[in-house]
Amino acid sequence: MINDIIYMNGYGTYVWSAFSFTLISFLVLYSIIKIQLVKEELKFKSKFRKLKYNEANSAKAQKIYREILTTSSISKI
Amino acid sequence: MLKNFEPNKIYPITSKAPKYVFYIFLIILTIGLLEALILSPEDYIQSHSVRIMYVHVPSAWLSLGIFSLIGVLSTIILIFKNKNLPLITKSLAPSGFLFCIIALVTGSIWGKPTWGTWWAWDTRIISMLILGLFYLMYLISWRIYEKKNYTNNITSIIAIFGMINLPIIKYSVEWWNTLHQPASISLLSGSSIHHSMLVPLAIMTAAFALFSILIFLMKYNTELIKIKNKGLNRL
Repeated sequence: MINDIIYMNGYGTYVWSAFSFTLISFLVLYSIIKIQLVKEELKFKSKFRKLKYNEANSAKAQKIYREILTTSSISKI
Repeated sequence: MLKNFEPNKIYPITSKAPKYVFYIFLIILTIGLLEALILSPEDYIQSHSVRIMYVHVPSAWLSLGIFSLIGVLSTIILIFKNKNLPLITKSLAPSGFLFCIIALVTGSIWGKPTWGTWWAWDTRIISMLILGLFYLMYLISWRIYEKKNYTNNITSIIAIFGMINLPIIKYSVEWWNTLHQPASISLLSGSSIHHSMLVPLAIMTAAFALFSILIFLMKYNTELIKIKNKGLNRL
């Protein structure tokens, strides 16, 4: 049974390499995009920490800045 | 209607959605792989090599679909000078490009046992390769002209030109004599594939579509935070 799945009548090399290529490509693209996202979030947080009190308050008044600070994906997925 | 695409309105959704999409994608992909590699039957002519269809066909469909969407949105960007849509088209491109590469590579792998060659200068394959080059040009132009005012115009023009290639890809197997087989699934005339193979194909297509949504959401969030980072400098 397992041998059948691996060898697939001699087509195993083709089938497994096609599926492996697809899954590895998924993993590579996901990792690249995830790293970019985390980098931007870290940059945003470090810039935010450097803001003066009144600047930080005016940024926090905007909904999207609050969202970015609260929904950071660094600890998720 | 275009005001609904304002980042401030979309971000609360796009920031929370990736984790849910990621888990649904994993579940659907697992079921799809099980169906495609183990449960689905082998073909009476192509034997087990037909299983490559389950990664090749969804990739080709999605790369075409994503480029069509980029093309349509680019036309809107160019006509209405919309500032929010470029963020969406830019975020769609990476997954579309990846699917185009997967379609070409898995097609090449499938070609060896069925046609006896890794590559043939066939109209369907060449037109897919041209689509890949358009994706590449589109992505590179975003990088090169990132800080220029005319970036949206240049990238939109590339996408609109690239759309000319889409009907050529679709109808190449009907207009010319090619090695590539004609479409087995059509919206108008139904499917000539048995349901035992159609089900895994549909599941794998759903999984791949979820992956492209996941990448789109993550890329969109990245681009939006990048813009907001610049906004912090101006405070």
